[in-house]
Amino acid sequence: MLAAKPIQRGVDTDMAVANKKMKWYPGFREITLACFFILYAPLIIVMIYSFNASQSITIWGGFSLQWYEEVFFGIEAEKFKKATINSLIIAIMAAVVSTVIATAAALAMVRGKAFKGKSLTFGLINLPLMVPEIVTAVATLIFFSVIGFDRGVLSILLAHIVFCIPFAYLPISARLQGISSIYEQAGRDLYATPGETFLLILFPLMVPGILSGFLLAFIISLDDFIITNFVKGAGVETLPTAIFGAVKQGIKPNIMAISTLMLTVSIVLVSISYLISRIGRQN
Amino acid sequence: MAGMASPKGNKAEASIVDGRLGILLLPSWVVIGILLVIPVLIMFVYSFLTQDFRGGVIWTFTLEAYDQFFIDRGLFGDEPAQLEWTYILIFWRSFLQAFFAMIFCLLIGFPTAYFMATSPPRSRSFLLFLVTIPYWVNLLIRTVSMKFLIRDTGPINEWLMAFGMIDEPIRMINTAFAVQLGLFYSYLPFMVLPIYASIERYNFVLSEAAADLYTGRWTTLFKVLIPTVKPGIIAGCILVFIPSLGAFLAPDLLGGAKNFMIGSLVEEQFKGQAGDWPFGAAVSMILLTNIMIVLLFYARSQTNSAGRGH
Repeated sequence: MLAAKPIQRGVDTDMAVANKKMKWYPGFREITLACFFILYAPLIIVMIYSFNASQSITIWGGFSLQWYEEVFFGIEAEKFKKATINSLIIAIMAAVVSTVIATAAALAMVRGKAFKGKSLTFGLINLPLMVPEIVTAVATLIFFSVIGFDRGVLSILLAHIVFCIPFAYLPISARLQGISSIYEQAGRDLYATPGETFLLILFPLMVPGILSGFLLAFIISLDDFIITNFVKGAGVETLPTAIFGAVKQGIKPNIMAISTLMLTVSIVLVSISYLISRIGRQN
Repeated sequence: MAGMASPKGNKAEASIVDGRLGILLLPSWVVIGILLVIPVLIMFVYSFLTQDFRGGVIWTFTLEAYDQFFIDRGLFGDEPAQLEWTYILIFWRSFLQAFFAMIFCLLIGFPTAYFMATSPPRSRSFLLFLVTIPYWVNLLIRTVSMKFLIRDTGPINEWLMAFGMIDEPIRMINTAFAVQLGLFYSYLPFMVLPIYASIERYNFVLSEAAADLYTGRWTTLFKVLIPTVKPGIIAGCILVFIPSLGAFLAPDLLGGAKNFMIGSLVEEQFKGQAGDWPFGAAVSMILLTNIMIVLLFYARSQTNSAGRGH
């Protein structure tokens, strides 16, 4: 009995060529290009204009690094420096804590057998993603007010940890699901304790996922605006809130420079995260 | 090697570590429970409290906040009650904006997802990577970039005038169109990704079968592919609609005062001394309720299609 061979996409057989023709739709490629253009054009234009030599924002005067100089050494440099340090500290700590919590949760959800609260827990872990940011922001603000918790860096940190958990959880859980339990089994057969099994066998295998999760949580915390704006209190600024305040006073070229810096950092971090998971997958 | 994991081995292994694994969920429950679930409940309570002058609340229970939202009692509060349209209009406008943002994302996102999913495997992961990157750029920066682009003195107007195509700048900023653009730009990747995932899993044998029966490619698209891929499409729509509904940055930075949306309304209640916390809480609760209704419809549509044995 002739079994039907699965179609191998990308292989140049007659059938594959016919498949390609069948899958093609007029205009789809153009729309895709338009889509990518729309996604990247504003960012690229901001990047270009951040190097504008002229004083005016929009009339191009030649290439210059003056706005970057102003960002680092100009009048507002101190304010942005403090804001950046705050953002970094909060992001690192939020990412660490949420990654640890998410790793624990992933272990329980992926390796544990089904128990009554399992789907409820899954809903809980994803809850920060489901609730609109502004609702979370209001609720958190009210909560801190009710318990008399002073608004400041710590309040921002706590709020960030909550919404970083699902972001860290996703890659870790995905990675863990792809690890066959054979290795843990082997460890158990060799009389390793659960702790040893985890530390020496499972954890090293999970590292790409954990790193990915950490990076994602870090970026998400760094980028957050709405929740941070609500719970930060008067004296503290993070980079996004500082930028927002500056934009409200009018878009100046140094904002372009900061934006370019921030988006470069984000892109670099995401690329690293992507590469880590790719390398992890190949192993 | 992965295929060699025996089911028996899974169960036996799981049961040994299982008793301890529950504890691992404790941190998640504690953190999310205390810092999200409880705050939302408190917010619910807050919406029934009385406004305090300096921002904050007096613990007297009242329906004043909801009254302020739905009922108009005139300037001094002593006229006969009429329906208060102001806030309902704001909600309605937000719904429209979110809805149209969803539609535009769908119109552009679906072909993009389709094209990506039917590309050769190597280009596929690269295209996927390209689509996701803008999402990881700070939403504030993305919105500011869009604002920079479409202002009266922005590059688009400058270039159009430089090429002599227009005499005056086209007013794009502070319009509903600008907000639309902002929302569309913010959440487009959310539409593309689930649809991409669904189409990638789609077995094109079905389309082949349709082709064998002399079905045109567009009919195949609408009658075979789209119904099969519907869960992904609906997921994408939800992922664009819900954040758009509660969005703050796009309406605030791009829409100006005339395009007030729910996000701006809520934010206004908590600014400094002039704020009305119970009212803000009430508006948030109304928003949350609307979103839960949408999610409920979504969950029901998922179970329905599962029930039909797709």
